[in-house]
Amino acid sequence: MEKFIQLSSTAIPLVTENVDTDQIIPARFLKATDKLGFGDNVFRDWRYQKDGSVNESFPLNNPIYGGSILVAGDNFGCGSSREHAAWALVGYGFKVIVSSFFADIFKGNALNNGLLPVQVSEAFLKELLQEIQENPSLEICIDLENQVISTSNKEEKFEIDPYKKVCMINGYDDIDFLISKKDKIKSFEATL
Amino acid sequence: MGKTLFDKVWDAHIVDVVENGPQVLYIDRHLIHEVTSPQAFNELESRGISIARPDKIVATADHNTPTLDQHLPVKDQLSRNQLEQLTKNCEKNKITLYGLGHENNGIVHVIAPELGITQPGMTMVCGDSHTSTHGAFGTIAFGIGTSQVAQVFASQCLLLEKPKKLRVSVNGTLAKGVLPKDVILYIISKLGTNSGTGYFCEYAGNVFEEMSMEGRMTVCNMSIEMGARGGMIAPDETTFEYIKGREFAPQGEEFDKKVAYWKTLPTDADAVFDQEYHIKAEDIGPMITYGTNPGMGIKITEHIPEIADASFEKSLEYMNFKKGDSLINKEINYVFIGSCTNSRIEDFRVAASFVKGKQKAQNVNAWLVPGSQKVAKQIQEEGLQSIFEAAGFTLRQPGCSACLAMNDDKIPEGEYCVSTSNRNFEGRQGQGARTILASPLVAAATAIAGKIVDITKHLN
Repeated sequence: MEKFIQLSSTAIPLVTENVDTDQIIPARFLKATDKLGFGDNVFRDWRYQKDGSVNESFPLNNPIYGGSILVAGDNFGCGSSREHAAWALVGYGFKVIVSSFFADIFKGNALNNGLLPVQVSEAFLKELLQEIQENPSLEICIDLENQVISTSNKEEKFEIDPYKKVCMINGYDDIDFLISKKDKIKSFEATL
Repeated sequence: MGKTLFDKVWDAHIVDVVENGPQVLYIDRHLIHEVTSPQAFNELESRGISIARPDKIVATADHNTPTLDQHLPVKDQLSRNQLEQLTKNCEKNKITLYGLGHENNGIVHVIAPELGITQPGMTMVCGDSHTSTHGAFGTIAFGIGTSQVAQVFASQCLLLEKPKKLRVSVNGTLAKGVLPKDVILYIISKLGTNSGTGYFCEYAGNVFEEMSMEGRMTVCNMSIEMGARGGMIAPDETTFEYIKGREFAPQGEEFDKKVAYWKTLPTDADAVFDQEYHIKAEDIGPMITYGTNPGMGIKITEHIPEIADASFEKSLEYMNFKKGDSLINKEINYVFIGSCTNSRIEDFRVAASFVKGKQKAQNVNAWLVPGSQKVAKQIQEEGLQSIFEAAGFTLRQPGCSACLAMNDDKIPEGEYCVSTSNRNFEGRQGQGARTILASPLVAAATAIAGKIVDITKHLN
């Protein structure tokens, strides 16, 4: 997993609430047996019209927006547990998702793929979405060490599980940690 | 202070606690399927790690399988490849697989309970968010991502923060025609789609105590639709009776010993929850959804609420509904009875009891998809198949089917589908398809009338 310490980038605003993982990556694209190529189909049915042409009004297609941060409406990532959603967002180039609320399974999947979910207050999110739309070149800085998200005119602290923070900063994943607990697991199994 | 059902099961599975961090939780049963497992097998292989406990894993093919002509090779090459990959991975790692055509094959959340794999007091996971279904047995069961599938493969454990505890109590008497599906759709419509996030939810009260195991599974299944990782119902005589004698259930003396333990699991009277809700059974009616998340539900007799909100309006635009609309008399061309929410024998019994002696409306394409081979067999043996066929319905073969439309069972663009599944997200049942969630009774009535009807006026 790639390390994440700090990031400064412009962002793409996605004002919609309750973005479910079926929208992030529709089920018909889940037939692959590897993790590659999902980025091409991220938000497929919002990015493209029914006739296959590009939906110019969708923020990812709007040339004024860019960067590796997605700022999205409340309750991002609800629905299906498909980790393909995290792979698709990472594949597209996102490193951070900012929202006022994340669904549990998505949040875990994101963290397991080096994609940082930054949960901010509703007021901060509302202002941020507004500011990005008014000024698409707005730089947003994410400082994981200090757990701060900031722009030139405001900042807010965000929460992250301390263990997951260490994993993100060092690029560790849970498998190594769990395997290091093998003896404890064996003794537990002996009590079953 | 007393403990909740959730605490008792969770605490009995803690292997280790990371200081200021998550806990290492032991997993008793790991269910896998073709869509969310291949990358996890690859991960282990690339790191040279072997599967810790293949004997605790059960595999099935369900998400991406055809529901017609299952004896023939799967036409779609990518799907065929994914299924072949599952077979190879299971053979190589000595994992039990109930593949296509096997008498135990079916939707993962239907087969594990019916085989007696799901038991009270267990921890169970699967790379599928509707794993919450198994909580109906007093099991801690929840969906996981593929990285976590790999973690369980490698260690039979997961690193987790202990969720908070929520209890939803429903007491009173349900009106005629109100099914378990209506109960959970009502709960979600009142509490909202993220009310359960960060929580494990226990369902309590006489309504759940009096419910069948099939009904309890329908309720727990949709816990994730209010954001809860899982739902649980205390095990009782109904639970024990259901498990007794099933293939993988403990037998004889061992069963009695287990029952004695299971009886200790229900929440203590003085246990405290982080959040509690109380609902009156009399307030619940047959439900229907009108929007693009499962929280956007109303009683079938109600009108779409008038809410000024951009996401709400976007949702109605997708559904081509207007604020204040009633859904009664809305013409419907597609009906789907199936999915891990409502594809058990009881669901087909209730549909058949309504359909008996009637004819399906000409305009309706109705897909009836049993949850498993065993359910399919039961449908035939109980004479339900002939009732459906006489009414003009065709039964398909088991699988997830049009719930997520990964296979060919897709609802065409712009069409409405009254569906017994669990998600009405945009495009869930096919690009541009419009899903209306309902109980199997409402779905059956829609198929007969060719439009949405007030079911309460059509009951004997």
